[in-house]
Amino acid sequence: MKVELRDPNIIMKLSRLGSFHQSKLSFLRSFLTEFKDWEYKRDLFDLDQNGFGVVVYSFKKKERVYSLICFANKIHDDERSDRVIATKWDAAFTLHDGTPNKEDIERLKKEVPKQEVGRLSYKELTLSRANKSVRVFDHVVKNLSNGKQPNLDLLDKVGYLYRTTAVYGSGKFGLADRFRIKNRDEINGPFRLEMMLVYLVRQFTFDQVNHVAKNKNPKKAVKLDPKICKNLGIGNSTGLGMAPFIVNHPTLLNNWIMSREKALKKIREIKKVDPQDSKLFKQCLRNSIKNITSWNTESDYQLKKIKNLLNDVKKFLDFIETKFNFGTDYPFNQLYLWVERETCEECIEYIVSLMMEPYNRIIEPLVKQMSSEEDRYFTIPTNRKVEELRLIIESKYSNILSVNFEKKQNHKKFWFISKNKEEPRIADRFEEQGADLEQPLAIARDIKRLYEKLLIIKKDITIDKFLSDNSDLRHVVRRAFIIEKFPYSEIQDNTISQNTIPIDMLRLKLSFFGALKFDPRSDKWLRICMFQGAPLPNELKDYDDHWIYKTNS
Amino acid sequence: MKSLSEIETTSKRATRAAGFSWGISEEVGKCIRLLELFGLPGIKNLNSYFNEKNLNDFENLKLIDKDNQPQKDMFCPINLGISFLDQIRNIETFNNCTFKNIAYPILLLPFLSRASEVIGKKILYNFDKNQFLLNFNLSISSNFIEEKCPVLAKNIKINFLENTDNFSEIEWKSLYKLSEETFVEETDSLKKGAAGAGLTDND
Repeated sequence: MKVELRDPNIIMKLSRLGSFHQSKLSFLRSFLTEFKDWEYKRDLFDLDQNGFGVVVYSFKKKERVYSLICFANKIHDDERSDRVIATKWDAAFTLHDGTPNKEDIERLKKEVPKQEVGRLSYKELTLSRANKSVRVFDHVVKNLSNGKQPNLDLLDKVGYLYRTTAVYGSGKFGLADRFRIKNRDEINGPFRLEMMLVYLVRQFTFDQVNHVAKNKNPKKAVKLDPKICKNLGIGNSTGLGMAPFIVNHPTLLNNWIMSREKALKKIREIKKVDPQDSKLFKQCLRNSIKNITSWNTESDYQLKKIKNLLNDVKKFLDFIETKFNFGTDYPFNQLYLWVERETCEECIEYIVSLMMEPYNRIIEPLVKQMSSEEDRYFTIPTNRKVEELRLIIESKYSNILSVNFEKKQNHKKFWFISKNKEEPRIADRFEEQGADLEQPLAIARDIKRLYEKLLIIKKDITIDKFLSDNSDLRHVVRRAFIIEKFPYSEIQDNTISQNTIPIDMLRLKLSFFGALKFDPRSDKWLRICMFQGAPLPNELKDYDDHWIYKTNS
Repeated sequence: MKSLSEIETTSKRATRAAGFSWGISEEVGKCIRLLELFGLPGIKNLNSYFNEKNLNDFENLKLIDKDNQPQKDMFCPINLGISFLDQIRNIETFNNCTFKNIAYPILLLPFLSRASEVIGKKILYNFDKNQFLLNFNLSISSNFIEEKCPVLAKNIKINFLENTDNFSEIEWKSLYKLSEETFVEETDSLKKGAAGAGLTDND
């Protein structure tokens, strides 16, 4: 039986993309798979009694070394902010290519804590900073120093000791360009070094909290129980900075979604499912209920989604345990069709992620297809005809063409780059100034403009002639020729509508990172947790690949 | 040191701010990145050009012909580069073409380099005494070493080179003969047993 890939007009809608969940394809999981047999070391631990100073961790294999350099600094409570406007953080980090020498550490000590206004070199690969969850950190220190383990309810509620507020890579602020490292096998997957940084930062938070507790009360202090550590992740506050990324990297976006869609298609095409695989699927499904019930948020928007998800997952669980027989042909296809018919978007994508759990043999080759050589598709095929372009738009953007951009509510928002922080923002075009400096992120509107132009132009003229009179549409002409080859390269929705929820764009990207427990703090930023339940670095050699469904929180 | 990613982003934004469309700005970002990657002064010349663009007029050329001359000013290297790249398949049929008066001619170079990749032919770019051989957008050979790039090229000639060898047949044969010394002479026994197919395959 041949199953078709799912329709981009459904999958690439913002509400669907904003319902994606982590899966075996997620970058933090593929990072762990890749680096599980690397040698992990803490190379330097030079913190004072309050936990301020420098720490270096490394992953090493043969001649290759990646080192995380951590700078922990004292800041006042009133200086601590997760927003991008902050200028000081509890800790700042960089991933260095190789083993740093003293000069490197001295150089980086001056630059890394400054983050966006510092300068890095081609020897550094990623850059980040993080703030303590002061309530949790102080509670843990207090308890450990008194010889007790912390209150697990509080830890469950938050899920981490620190949260990062940005992770930069790929040439930002002088960091190494991707081209310098792209041929390394171990990083043949998107954001792998960013994942390494976050993973090692998580370990730093445990080492620091133990160190501070020990110094507070050397005789009585105990270490944080490794089982508790394992159930703590690293938090992250994410704002609009991420949103334009998925618009500006269409072939990369396609490759992420295409891998997910191919995985689902292949799983649905399995005629007879091995009982061990169905057992594992059901086990992960049952265990995953805990991931939903421990998902804390104050956002009404997310609470409603979680409630629906929990109801639907329970309904699905009941269905497969009481009414469904895995011995029938194409069981995952039947289950998928049932889920699509009976449950909400959030649940559909949740189950799609779960279906991947038993299938390493399907997922592993797809992980290698998730990067993109974007420049190969940049040049516009200007020898093609206007008529061909029109047909591409009609076939690939059909839903977008039905949006009426004459209506105010359909072009109410505009995206811009803030002068203060050079970060993307979204605002109301009719109430705020700056719409004349709009970023080219209103793809739906511009595609429609292009289409309307094409309707009144002679069919057989070539694209080069069309562009010589329509330079303002060049960016979307390029995109239309990209989507012809890459069906999942475009968000099939209006990103400037009054009803646009920007966090849907963030969630899409974060789900591919492997984030859990999306906690929207507004429609423009959210908090998440990464690596919660993941093996600790000293457990990597032999860990359970399904750890994500076995957390205690 | 600025990364290529920073160079591309800043060039793109600056080009937009200088009045070009987003689509053209994206092209310029890629092109300046390319120049800097090849060790040529992209940022320096783009910056100078935008400063001068505020003071002087530059001409566009919508349709490139075999011989091209501005009406009174200099050609804008960006719009000319875009036209060249877009129309490359037509321009290629001229075998060569000429231009008069192109401002900041180094800025035209990455467009030609990308055009070389599109048509799969090397392009020889001559202006004044400078010569650049653009090899399929993979590399650039030039006699332009650490010279100051002129702000105006008066006489420009562009040749499309046919795909021919850079060496003589004699040189090739000589080298090939040497390479044969890595081969094993096949005996009858090896002929029978060392290959997959049979000696006759008429079935």
